[in-house]
Amino acid sequence: MNAVTKAKTNPVMKFIYHFASPKHFYRISGKLVPWFGWLAVILLIIGSIDGLFVAPVDYQQGDSYRIIFIHVPAAWMSMFIYMVMAVSGAIGLIWKIKLADVVASSSAPIGAAFTFLALVTGAIWGKPMWGAWWVWDARLTAELILLFLYLGFMALEAAIEDPRAAARACAILAIVGVVNIPIIHYSVEWWNTLHQGATVTKFDKPSIHISMLIPLLIMAVGFKLYYAAVVLVRARNKVLYAEQNNRWVKDLVKSGC
Amino acid sequence: MYNAFFSLIKRDLRMAFRHKSEILNPLFFFVIVVTLFPLGISPDKHILAEIGPGIIWVAALLAAMLSLDSLFRSDYEDGTLELMLLSEHPLSVLVLAKIIVHWLVTGFPIIVFSPLLGTVMFLNGEAIETLMITLLLGTPILSLIGAIGMALVVALKRGGMLLSLLVLPLYIPVLIFSSNAVGSSMAGLSISGQLYFLAAFLIFCITLAPIATSAALRVSLE
Repeated sequence: MNAVTKAKTNPVMKFIYHFASPKHFYRISGKLVPWFGWLAVILLIIGSIDGLFVAPVDYQQGDSYRIIFIHVPAAWMSMFIYMVMAVSGAIGLIWKIKLADVVASSSAPIGAAFTFLALVTGAIWGKPMWGAWWVWDARLTAELILLFLYLGFMALEAAIEDPRAAARACAILAIVGVVNIPIIHYSVEWWNTLHQGATVTKFDKPSIHISMLIPLLIMAVGFKLYYAAVVLVRARNKVLYAEQNNRWVKDLVKSGC
Repeated sequence: MYNAFFSLIKRDLRMAFRHKSEILNPLFFFVIVVTLFPLGISPDKHILAEIGPGIIWVAALLAAMLSLDSLFRSDYEDGTLELMLLSEHPLSVLVLAKIIVHWLVTGFPIIVFSPLLGTVMFLNGEAIETLMITLLLGTPILSLIGAIGMALVVALKRGGMLLSLLVLPLYIPVLIFSSNAVGSSMAGLSISGQLYFLAAFLIFCITLAPIATSAALRVSLE
């Protein structure tokens, strides 16, 4: 309570509270969604063409390496979205901004979908490369555990009836999860590793060739924009539903959009 | 504050000893689950010695998880928990007292019985010793992390299944390091790394889990 009252007198926070109000969010996000959406479509088309046809063939893995243009951005997104959920959950808990809760709960299914995509594309790639659909390798296992964390988040949200309490409980769960993710990650890494090391995020020169890196980064940005568009659409729906008894929503419905 | 802490420990212990099933059921469960594996897989000595550490640890994990209900459920139902929230003492300290009792009642008996199960799984003396040390370091972590999950679902009618979804992924590091330590000591390797990790994780959880648990309780009881 204290943090909230203190924050409301601060001009910056006042600004944030103003624009995080459902009405303003609905108006602004409505303008942003087409931009994000169309940019995502353009980037994903360019990235796919570049990645599937222009980028050179890998000398070792042949053409089958090309699945990384889906697999790696999806894996990045799976971790990024969990971070978003934890951070917005914390914002919702501390400053009681309802919009942050909405963003967290709208992100969960998208994050779970990306995690699932990363696992499936990894399995499809693993069959010709490792000779098995699944190996108990550290990164795969950590990704699978991440999927479990997403499922737990969604199950908890579905189980609590009051949406406000559900959001706060889920925020705590997401924060606990985020604290645990590095621990899980390193313990699993230490347990068994077969997966190839990171090739892009090394601090020195990335060991991936620039002609493969460019489509990969285009795809990654495309995935991010896709997420931004979809999470806003979902959040807009939730905001409308939560605010259905307010005047601005009724006016909106009457005016026919 | 110390007064409240110790009197809560005393009260919870007394309650647990009046409902003996609270102590005995997780223990029986632990023993039964371990017994199922030789029946389901093979009574072969080498196979059992190989998978024994993992099986004993998975069974301990499940026993700890299934006993979490006793942590807050009855206090929630008769309103004691609400009074604790309203009391002048910091909730995280009271929660820590409850978690300690939960460990004494469910984790400790498991440690006492583990040499027996280690023997029937054909672990050697060194491995049994390691098993007991890892259980000593690991089972408090299970109670601490489990308390967070239990606090989140305490107000729900059917929280049992959900609790396992929330808590089991977070138990994975403990399982990995503990069963690996037991396996390594059986092979005659050094296990100090694993034990240091478990000790560090335990201290980490003692520090933060009560805070997260009390935040979760405040949400659940709102």
